[in-house]
Amino acid sequence: MDVSASVSTSASVSASVEAVFREERGRLLAALARRFGDLDLAEEVTSEAIEAALTHWPVDGVPPRPGAWLMTTARRRAVDRLRRDRTYAARLALLQAEADLAAPPPTVDGDLPDERLRLFFTCAHPALPTEDHAALTLRCLAGLTTPEVARAFLVPTATMAKRIVRAKTKIREARIPFRVPEPHELPSRLPSVLQAIYSVFTEGYAASSGPDLQRLDLAEEAVRLARVLRRLLPTQREVAGLLALLLLVHARRDARTGHHGDLVLLADQDRTRWDRPMIDEGRDLVIEALRGGPPGPYGVQAAIAALHDEADDVAGTDWPQVVALYDVLHALTPGPVVALNRAAAVAMRDGPQAGLALLDALADEPRLRGYPPLPAARADLLAQLDRLDEAEHAYTEALELAGTEPERAHLRRRLTAVRSAPGRRSRT
Amino acid sequence: MKYMLLINAGAVDENGGAAECTVEDWMLYDKQVRDAGILVSGESLADLVTATTVRVDRNGAPTVTDGPFAETREVLGGFYVIDVPDLDVALDWAARCPGARGSGSVVVRPVATFGD
Repeated sequence: MDVSASVSTSASVSASVEAVFREERGRLLAALARRFGDLDLAEEVTSEAIEAALTHWPVDGVPPRPGAWLMTTARRRAVDRLRRDRTYAARLALLQAEADLAAPPPTVDGDLPDERLRLFFTCAHPALPTEDHAALTLRCLAGLTTPEVARAFLVPTATMAKRIVRAKTKIREARIPFRVPEPHELPSRLPSVLQAIYSVFTEGYAASSGPDLQRLDLAEEAVRLARVLRRLLPTQREVAGLLALLLLVHARRDARTGHHGDLVLLADQDRTRWDRPMIDEGRDLVIEALRGGPPGPYGVQAAIAALHDEADDVAGTDWPQVVALYDVLHALTPGPVVALNRAAAVAMRDGPQAGLALLDALADEPRLRGYPPLPAARADLLAQLDRLDEAEHAYTEALELAGTEPERAHLRRRLTAVRSAPGRRSRT
Repeated sequence: MKYMLLINAGAVDENGGAAECTVEDWMLYDKQVRDAGILVSGESLADLVTATTVRVDRNGAPTVTDGPFAETREVLGGFYVIDVPDLDVALDWAARCPGARGSGSVVVRPVATFGD
């Protein structure tokens, strides 16, 4: 842990101190949750220990082993609380906790042990509601407060607080363990951890509603979490695949919105504004994700993103390869959204008519009902085929469904373009 | 920590047994639970047609009715109470239970503990 540099100067650096502690908070929380089996207690004493550090360290100097200091302080507070609270004492075996306190703190060279992997798996445990996995992960591993988590998912704070309290109660009362699954359990347990991080990213990258198209702080938080997970599970290829995918998409962030926050499609993006070092990092990870075994869905999606990132423009994109990868992805994770994306790639490879035929086959798919990209993609292809009346109708449909203002603005522009296209039949 | 595994029977065959598992499957599972040293208690319940419901109204008068009848697809057919360290272990035992197969399901519920 390298907090000493940040803390030793003055109170004016407290913002950066808090940033440093965000990393440590997760570690401390994980270690304490494991020790006491109680997330609430762990959260409370983690906060108290960090507060104590923020009070004492600027005055007294940073202790030689900051991690051990934080851990000892937190554990002492926890035992105090257990002594005060009889129900806790009964439940959590006070004696054991006290004996534990007498033992030397479990730190490595003054650094906190990294037990966050356990916490990742607990937050995304299948016994907890899927929609709470990402929220708990943000709360416990990214150190976001409940109001911040609520903002991330655009729900009222009270609603999010209720969900988090309910989940934590279940973790405690049903005794969901803080443990890393055995290797044979990983195939069934790892996907929900990856999904939790991915849904933080997608919420940041394409906010499902609201005035802003992108909320980069959330996307960056997801990238950070994926990096942590990658360090903790270096041999899991799908973890490499997830991090690769996030990097390869996030690399386009600056080109994705125009001057007024308007949506710029992949086809129209200024590719010189893409983050090349990030793309290079992502491409190296794709190779790792796809090597040495059958590909997983994140690895394949990352490979598709890499093909886009490598191309100079849309025409120069290797569309046959993109379609082939979508075929692989569809075999791994069959679903209408994958089929929709595949259809768009087929349109690029074989022309709009071929893509449209595939999209029309999806028209009755119940899971795509109300999904704006479907009518938007149809509208684009219809416009290319000069079927302008139908294109207008489809853009209108997409516009009614679109969740964010930049998406709506984009669709309105397309609609206007179709309406005023030369050779357009005059309307009365 | 004690957990109750509530075994909901799914579809039954013409002999009244569950379609997806045999008596031998159940005997094997029961033996495994006992051998693991985790069994607190466990029973299988007689057919639902033998069930009787008792309610007591506000005045303390009991009413006794036949049933309930299987209105939902799933009917409680038996239970185990096991004592294991945590939910993951309980879920693992539930997954091995023959009653969880096919149209059956096992609901895992922690047994409430009350502080002193």
